[in-house]
Amino acid sequence: MANLSVNVAGVDFKNPVIPASGVFGYGREYEELFHLSKLGGIATKGTTIAERPGNLSPRIAECPSGMINSVGLQNPGIDAFISKELPNLLIKDTVIISNIAGSTVDECVSIAEKLDSTDVHMIELNISCPNVKKGGAAFGVHCESAGAITAAVRKATKKPLIVKLSPNVTDITEIARAVEAAGADSVSLINTLLGMRIDINTGRPILKNNVGGMSGPAVFPLAVRMVWQTANAVSIPVIGMGGIDSGKAAIEMMMAGAKAVQIGAAIFTDPYAPIRIINEMNDWLNEKGISDINDIIGSVKSW
Amino acid sequence: MKYKKSLYPIVKKEILRKNIFSIEILCPDIASIAKAGQFVHILPDNMTLRRPISICDIDKENGIITIVFEVKQEGTQRIANKNKGETLDVLGPLGHGFTLLPDAKKVVLIGGGIGNPPMLPLAKYYSNKATVISGFRNAECVILQNEFKNTGAESILCTDDGTAGRKTLVTEPLKELLANGNIDAVYACGPIPMLKFVAAIADEADVYCEVSLEERMGCGIGACLVCACKLKKEGKDVMGHVCKNGPVFSSKEVQW
Repeated sequence: MANLSVNVAGVDFKNPVIPASGVFGYGREYEELFHLSKLGGIATKGTTIAERPGNLSPRIAECPSGMINSVGLQNPGIDAFISKELPNLLIKDTVIISNIAGSTVDECVSIAEKLDSTDVHMIELNISCPNVKKGGAAFGVHCESAGAITAAVRKATKKPLIVKLSPNVTDITEIARAVEAAGADSVSLINTLLGMRIDINTGRPILKNNVGGMSGPAVFPLAVRMVWQTANAVSIPVIGMGGIDSGKAAIEMMMAGAKAVQIGAAIFTDPYAPIRIINEMNDWLNEKGISDINDIIGSVKSW
Repeated sequence: MKYKKSLYPIVKKEILRKNIFSIEILCPDIASIAKAGQFVHILPDNMTLRRPISICDIDKENGIITIVFEVKQEGTQRIANKNKGETLDVLGPLGHGFTLLPDAKKVVLIGGGIGNPPMLPLAKYYSNKATVISGFRNAECVILQNEFKNTGAESILCTDDGTAGRKTLVTEPLKELLANGNIDAVYACGPIPMLKFVAAIADEADVYCEVSLEERMGCGIGACLVCACKLKKEGKDVMGHVCKNGPVFSSKEVQW
């Protein structure tokens, strides 16, 4: 049994595998299938200050080796999250990362302030949601706004702060440097890529929102590249995600420089994916005679 | 555990009509807990998303469920390409099924096109207390009529063009049955316009009505919030989810 535990921004994870925000809700449905304590952590559904109904259906469509979605941040609001969902999560013996996704700096600050007085372990600031009309990704595509919102949320909380980055930018490393300078403790990437599918029989976009966030194995090479570039550009830890669907893909992402990984679309394909990926990572390390997962982080020997 | 996921063998496959397939799956742990109106979430080979398909028959004794589905695009085509002896990756049973009324004396079951399959377990449950109204485009599309007859239910076949059964929409026989009175409940599955009319007619007659809805899905178990549908709950507009809050809803809950 290899050591799978990692430390991200001062927080110990028993293994590096974290279901990504959005696919996993608050874990209740997956508890029917496996113990949440087996997970390294859980990134909860993005939370806004008030309840949001989300976008109209259809909200999802298949793509070659992936999918696009446009849920539109449907969530019950921060107060309901703190009172109804967080207590149940905090007793699961896994790291709880609360994802916040406000439309304005003030909204994100208010949510962060509320979370600061809870026992949640980490905060993930989403400056990259492609599925809401205002806010969301708009913060994440310019260094100034990304830095400003990070600095404001930084002041509102002492919790370890992860900033989730958008790949829909010219140079993700510039955004990563900006949020690092503004006080982020970690960055997670990549959020989804803006995509579109059209039903050629009706001439209509499949998604009612017209466009949506693309994810799944199709985006994996792009995610590996961005994680590698970012890990080389900043000194804060990088959490890698984007199309990871196996232990080997998770290992590859960590070799690129990720200290932990998040799993999204793969959970729709296989609800046991996070557990399978943990087991496959362990098997691979044992097979290679590597006793500690930390030895492979950023270990890619670039040409 | 409420639902299971595994690879289960196909024990029988039939082509019922052009693009309509019946597949029997040996999955005792799913069959033992499945209820009328629930669905299974099946992963087509080499795809990212599962496809939700309603359960058409539950044989608890032999541990078999039957799905009857229409090939629409690539995903359902890949499921249909599977043969006897091969396995399917099935997650289920999911959602909550129809409300069964043990004291009901007369119920009406309405299936429109590929909305007919989920009516079969209800027809088996209610037997001669049920009248099944099945609607199809034409005679070429008619499925499951012998299966409905074998349940002991009365059945009324309708087609849009009159090439089989009565030339009428399913709503006409429904109005006639409701006019005669003594109907305890109406259950329906089919295209949204049909469900909307069925719900309005049942509501006018003040008869309890449940409808089974369909939507593109992600996880299938209520976590990802993809399969949203507009509902009314306690006078408030809310976004419900077909996979967990449904697929069966009281027709009064649905915002048409």
